[in-house]
Amino acid sequence: MSENNINITLDVWRQNGPADKGHFETYEAKEISTDSSFLEMLDVVNERLIDDEKLPITFESDCREGICGTCSLMINGQAHGPNKGQATCQLHMRTFSDGDHITVEPFRAASFPVIKDLAVSRAALDTIQHAGGYVSVSTGSAPDANLTPVPKDAADLAMDAAACIGCGACVAACPNSAAQLFTSAKVNHLNLLPQGQSERWKRVEAMVDTMEDYFGTCTNHGECYEACPKEISLDFIAFMNRDYVKAKIKNRKLAGQK
Amino acid sequence: MTATMEPSSKVSSPRLDSKVPQTDDIANMWENHKFSMKLVNPNNKRKFSVIVVGTGLAGSSAAATLAELGYKVKAFTFHDSPRRAHSIAAQGGINAAKNYQNDGDSVHRLFYDTVKGGDYRSREANVHRLAEVSVNIIDQAAAQGVPFARDYGGLLDNRSFGGAQVSRTFYARGQTGQQLLLGAYSALNRQIESGGVEMHNRKEMLDLVVKDGQTCGIVTRDLLTGEVESHSAHAVVLATGGYGNVYYLSTNAMMCNVTAAWRAHRKGAFFANPCYTQIHPTCIPASDDHQSKLTLMSESLRNDGRIWVPKEFDDSRLAADIPEAERDYYLERKYPAFGNLVPRDVASRNAKTVVDEGRGVGPLKNGVFLDFADAIARDGAETIKAKYGNLFDMYANITGEDPYSRPMRIYPATHYTMGGLWVDYHLQTTVPGTYAIGEANFSDHGANRLGASALMQGLADGYFVLPYTIGDYLADKLGDGVVPTSDPVFAAAEAEVADQTNMWLSVNGTKSPEHYHRELGKIVWDRIGMARDKNGLEKAGDEIATLEEEFRKNVRVMGDGTSMNTELEKVGRVSDFFGLAKLKARDALVREESCGGHFRVESQTEEGEALRDDDNFSHVAAWEWNGEGADQTKHEEQLEFKHVKLSQRSYK
Repeated sequence: MSENNINITLDVWRQNGPADKGHFETYEAKEISTDSSFLEMLDVVNERLIDDEKLPITFESDCREGICGTCSLMINGQAHGPNKGQATCQLHMRTFSDGDHITVEPFRAASFPVIKDLAVSRAALDTIQHAGGYVSVSTGSAPDANLTPVPKDAADLAMDAAACIGCGACVAACPNSAAQLFTSAKVNHLNLLPQGQSERWKRVEAMVDTMEDYFGTCTNHGECYEACPKEISLDFIAFMNRDYVKAKIKNRKLAGQK
Repeated sequence: MTATMEPSSKVSSPRLDSKVPQTDDIANMWENHKFSMKLVNPNNKRKFSVIVVGTGLAGSSAAATLAELGYKVKAFTFHDSPRRAHSIAAQGGINAAKNYQNDGDSVHRLFYDTVKGGDYRSREANVHRLAEVSVNIIDQAAAQGVPFARDYGGLLDNRSFGGAQVSRTFYARGQTGQQLLLGAYSALNRQIESGGVEMHNRKEMLDLVVKDGQTCGIVTRDLLTGEVESHSAHAVVLATGGYGNVYYLSTNAMMCNVTAAWRAHRKGAFFANPCYTQIHPTCIPASDDHQSKLTLMSESLRNDGRIWVPKEFDDSRLAADIPEAERDYYLERKYPAFGNLVPRDVASRNAKTVVDEGRGVGPLKNGVFLDFADAIARDGAETIKAKYGNLFDMYANITGEDPYSRPMRIYPATHYTMGGLWVDYHLQTTVPGTYAIGEANFSDHGANRLGASALMQGLADGYFVLPYTIGDYLADKLGDGVVPTSDPVFAAAEAEVADQTNMWLSVNGTKSPEHYHRELGKIVWDRIGMARDKNGLEKAGDEIATLEEEFRKNVRVMGDGTSMNTELEKVGRVSDFFGLAKLKARDALVREESCGGHFRVESQTEEGEALRDDDNFSHVAAWEWNGEGADQTKHEEQLEFKHVKLSQRSYK
C-alpha cells in the first residue's frame, strides 16, 4: 500500500426507493488515496461495485467545489462530515485515518423524503423561496445601479446571508428538523438591502409561514450553525424573528385599515 | 480519419442567414433593429407558449423575463432546483461598460476589446449589442438585490480582470456567479409563484421535436420515475451550457453535458466551431487518477499574484529555497505591458510550454507557481485576505498547502466552450423556432472568451436580447395552436427515447459509463487540447471512433429505467460526447490556422503566438447533421470586420 493510501470500512444507508424500508450495508474501501475527496472515494467504491455487477450507491453531487449545494450526506452523524465550514464535496480523505469506520446516511428530515439510498428531495426549500424570496422588479424597469447607494456594511452583511447554498444541512443537523437558518439567510439577504425594503414585511411573514408548513420549530440548539458549510451566522435567525414579529403587527394593522 | 480539405468558398453559405442588419451604423444598429422587429400585442402574448431548457444565468433570466412579458413559459432543469445550475460556480465577476471608474471605458471599448480578445472570430454585430446591454444587466441585478461589492460611499466597486486595461468588472466577493444566479432565480421564483412559469425540476430533455421544419416541442425523461413525456410549445429556447466535460477533467460540474444541444443538432441545428475551447490558466493541478474534476481558482488572482517557474530544469526545491535570481517570471519577461494579465489562451499556452520543458512544479511537476509574497508584503495579509480569502481557503483545503506562506500551484484546465449551436442575430438556430442562448450558442466570444464575459453574455441573452427577438418569430404565428402532444411526431420521438433507454440497459458489458468517459477525455485532452497538429487530429478521429465502438458494445449500465439511476443518465451523456468529440477533431483539423484557444502548431508566429489566416479562415464553421454514420457537412458564414481593425494580437 502506498503511504498516501488508507483502508476504511463504510456503513452505507441503502434504500431502493421511497417506499423501501432501507438498511445499512458494509463495504470495505481499500487503497483509498488521501488526496481524493470523500465523493471521489465513493466514486471508487461505486466503480468496484459495478465491476462486481452490484448496484452502485446513489448519491448526488454536481459542482464538487462547495457552491451548488447539491451534495449532502450525514457522515458519522454529522451533516457534511466532521470539518467546519465545508460541504461534503470539499471533505478530503486526509481527514480520516487508516482503519476508520465511517457511517454514511442521507440527510434525514420529515420534509426531506429519501428518493434512493443517499439522495433526498429538498423541494420544500424551494417552496419557501417561492413565497417571497425575491424583489418584484421586472426586467428593464431598474434605475441606474448607482442611484441607490448601499452602505458597505449593509452590503457586506447581506452578502454574508446570501452566501447560503441551500444544501439543507441546517435542517438535517437540527434535532427539530427546523429550517430557520436557511430561511433567515434568504430573508435577510433581501431585507437588509435598500432594494428589499418595499416588500420587507410581506416577505418575512410569507416565508416564515411557509417554512412552518414544512419544518419543525427552532429551540436554539445552534446545531445548524455548526453544520453549515458557509457558516451562516445565528444572528440572522434573531433578525428574522424580530422582523417577523414586527411584520405580524404591521400587516395586521394594514389589514385593519382596509 | 480522412478529411476533405475544400478551400474556403469566401462567401457565406445560403443556409446561414445571419440576419445582421445591413447598416454601417453599428452604434445604433440594435436600437434601430428593435424598432423594425415585429411585436406581439401584450394581450396576445399569453396565447404563445415557450419552453426554456436549462436554468442557469441564461435560462433563468430568459424564463423569468418571458413570463414577465406575458408569455406562457415552461422551464426545465435536470437539477432538483433551478439554483444548482453551474453558472453558480463562476467566481470572478461580470463586465459592464459603466465607466464608473472614470478610466476611459465605453461601450465601444468593451466591444473592441471583446472582438480583439476573441481573436477576430466573432460576429461584430452581436458583440456590439452585448456591450450595449451590459450596463442594463448591472442595473437589473442591483435592483434584484445582488450584493455587489461596494465602496465606503455605498457605490459599486470595480476591478480590472484578465486581459482588460480598464476596471469594468463588477463582483460579489469570489461568488459573483452564485449571486447573479440567485438574482435570476429569484426573478424566476416570482414567476413560478404567480403562475407565469410552470417549473419542471429533475427532467432532462432528450429530444427536440420538429414538424414540417418548425419547432413544436421537446421530449423529456423524468429522472425520478423514468417517465418519458412530450411537451409542446411555439418555440424552444436551449440554455443548456457548454461541452467542456468532453475532456472528462474540466472545471465544469459533474453533470454538465452536451446532450440537449447535440440532440438539437441531430434534428437540424447546425453546430458551430466545436474546436473552440477555452483552457483556463488558473486551476489546481490534478493530484492522481481518481480526480473527478478540476477546481478553478479565479483568475482575479492574477491581479496580485506573480506567475513563475524555476529557471533550472527539474528543480525540486521548495519555492522559498529558490532565490529571486533563479526564478523565471516568464509572463512578465515575455509580455512587459500585460505581464501576468495576458489573455487566458496566452497564459495557458505559456504554462504548457514551461511544464513541457520540464520546469513544472509540485509533486507531479504539473504546475506553475502563482506567488502572493510581493502582494502580501505590499498590501498586508489582511488586504489580500479580504480580496481572495475564500479562494485561499479553497486552495488550502484541496491541496493541504497554505497559500499565505507558500505559492499556489496552478495549471490550465478546460473551462468554457466558445463553440456551440449556430445562431443568427436573433439567437435562433437553423431550426425555425429553436433558440440557443448563453454558453450553448457560439456567437459572442469568437475563438477566445475574455474574463468576466460569460456571465455578461448569459444574462444579456436572457434578459435583454431573446425576449425581444423571439417576438419577431412568434408574431407570425398568431392564431396557430401548438402541435398537440398526441401528434404522431411526438409519439415517434418518445418511442426513440424509450428505445435508447432500453438499449443501454441491455448492453450488459463490463465497464462503467464513467470508465469510457475518462478514456475519451484522455484522447480529447492529448489530441485536441492546448496545442493541436494535423497528425494528432487525424489520429484523434480514429481513436475516438475505435473507443466509441467498444463503448457501445461493452458498457455496463446497472439498475433499471423506472427509478433514479445516475448510471443511465450518464451513459446517454457520454454517448453524445463521443459524437461531439469526433466533430471537434474534424473541425480542429480543417481549421488550418491558429486563433484564440485553437492553437495549431503548424500556424504560429516567430514569438510562438497564434497565427491567424484571415484570408482563408475568417469564417464560422457550422456543421450540418446528415444522419447516423454519415459525416456532417461544413457550411461557412463569412465574418466581416468593418469597425474593428484586424491585427495580430500582441501583448508585449
